[in-house]
Amino acid sequence: MKRASRFEKNAATREPRWVKGLLLFLSLSFFGFFLLLPLISVFAQALHKGWEVYLKAIFEPDALTAIKLSLTVALIAVPLNLVFGVAAAWAITKFDFKWKQLLITLIDLPFSVSPVIAGLVYVLVFGAQGWLGRGLAEHNIKIIFAVPGIVLATLFVTFPLVARELIPLMEAQGREEEEAATVLGANGWQTLWKVTLPNIKWGLLYGVILCNARAMGEFGAVSVVSGHIRGYTNTIPLHVEILYNEYNFAAAFAMASILALLALLTLAIKTYIEWHLRLETESKPLSMEANNETDL
Amino acid sequence: MKPNETMLRIRKPTRNNQLFPGFGLSLGFTLVYLALIVLIPLSAVVLKASTLNASAFWETVTAPRLLASYRLSFGAALMAGLINSIFGLMLAWVLVRYNFFGKKLVDSLIDLPFALPTAVTGIALASLYSKNGWVGRYLEPLGLKVAFTPLGILMALIFIGLPFVVRTVQPILEDLELEYEEAASSLGATRWQTFRFVILPTLFPAILTGFALAFARSVGEYGSVIFIAGNIPLVSEITPLIIITKLEQYDTAGATAIAVVMLFISLLLLLLINGLQAWTAKRTGRNL
Repeated sequence: MKRASRFEKNAATREPRWVKGLLLFLSLSFFGFFLLLPLISVFAQALHKGWEVYLKAIFEPDALTAIKLSLTVALIAVPLNLVFGVAAAWAITKFDFKWKQLLITLIDLPFSVSPVIAGLVYVLVFGAQGWLGRGLAEHNIKIIFAVPGIVLATLFVTFPLVARELIPLMEAQGREEEEAATVLGANGWQTLWKVTLPNIKWGLLYGVILCNARAMGEFGAVSVVSGHIRGYTNTIPLHVEILYNEYNFAAAFAMASILALLALLTLAIKTYIEWHLRLETESKPLSMEANNETDL
Repeated sequence: MKPNETMLRIRKPTRNNQLFPGFGLSLGFTLVYLALIVLIPLSAVVLKASTLNASAFWETVTAPRLLASYRLSFGAALMAGLINSIFGLMLAWVLVRYNFFGKKLVDSLIDLPFALPTAVTGIALASLYSKNGWVGRYLEPLGLKVAFTPLGILMALIFIGLPFVVRTVQPILEDLELEYEEAASSLGATRWQTFRFVILPTLFPAILTGFALAFARSVGEYGSVIFIAGNIPLVSEITPLIIITKLEQYDTAGATAIAVVMLFISLLLLLLINGLQAWTAKRTGRNL
């Protein structure tokens, strides 16, 4: 807020009033039309037929199974990607090694792979005609068209989220505090628990929450591996798709509104964390300097 | 191209690596997990494709229906990226430079497309632009059909790509000191000239990075598009949907062939984005 006023008060860095008005009008209309309107319509359509229909759609048995499955998948996928995120960020930011940049690029890879391909790769490995397909069938293990496949596809899609949140943060914080801890005789785990994790807790929290929202809402990849077995391998987004295709719009939007609420909660927590981080940086002005010294 | 684990471990640290424990453990775990979840499954696609007959492969990936889908996916992604670059720059500008009512809220909600599941976006847009929808009912009498046409796909891709340019440009704009603009102004530049010749060149790498990120995401997008696209072959059928159709027909080979083409394009885009990010960092001294 303060920065914006600085620019607005200075005649040299200020646009004419009509330019400012036009820019505000255009950008906020764009925002309202393309982003806000779809969001509002989710809730409006969900409650279109009243609370009774809304609640009935959510507490219907198939819906409850879908919610339970989405929660289960997130409960497995998020901790695994959390441990990976901390390990990857620790290796990348606390040590120098060759091909670090390649490693970072590979961690980002799932972001640029189509979710449909993310599902397909597991079909090729575990599916009936896949590498391990025959062996799995002999032992009666089902991965594709079953819960393990859904978990794997979700792991793939949400793979970089925690690491991506932590790497820039730990890079910015530098290594000084960990070095001090080590010199004072702390071992690796103590340094991680008592120094690093408390420093990155807010970024970590956001990474976990975003990972959770994406894990519960993944559609493309999960849709390839799930087989759409109602009441068994349907996650919330797949259930939304089925209801929508059956023209049961009120119920589809009711289920969708749960995911939309989760997304809004994610953004609210993110805003809170950013506000918190800003307070911390303002009270610790030195950390900004450490920032510039330890660039990649 | 996978970094060899033992080689990384043997390589002597260059700078105070000795101080910290856990290098082998953390890097080892990272590489094993990366290989298990991402690299080995992805290599399955490439290996499977290499067993395909070359001419059959070529015939599959150049079928008229696929060529139409590439044109559609790339064309729509390009258009959406351009629109988002212009409005994304505007939004970033407004958020950094102006004070207005609800600014905090707008700033927080920009990230919504990152957090909102694609299926939710998909059904919301499809119902908005349908014949009886909030927007569709006003557009349809004007002869403008959005739902079940390529225009609908564009709408979905604009939503999906909206945060990218805003979020790449915003930090650079925040770091921009007002002294440069004061200098330009005192040397007689108009406000437009200052923007065009001082500010825009600094922001350009970031805009391009945001564009490329949005483009890469849009090309492979599935969930938000299929509900509104109508999925008519040759007209409004996107490439990822053809992969799904082939899989449903048990044509694993065909699905794999198309997937390889898409993966190859994604890799190219990823390399491009990395280059752009390096350029941005060099230009502005800031990592994105």
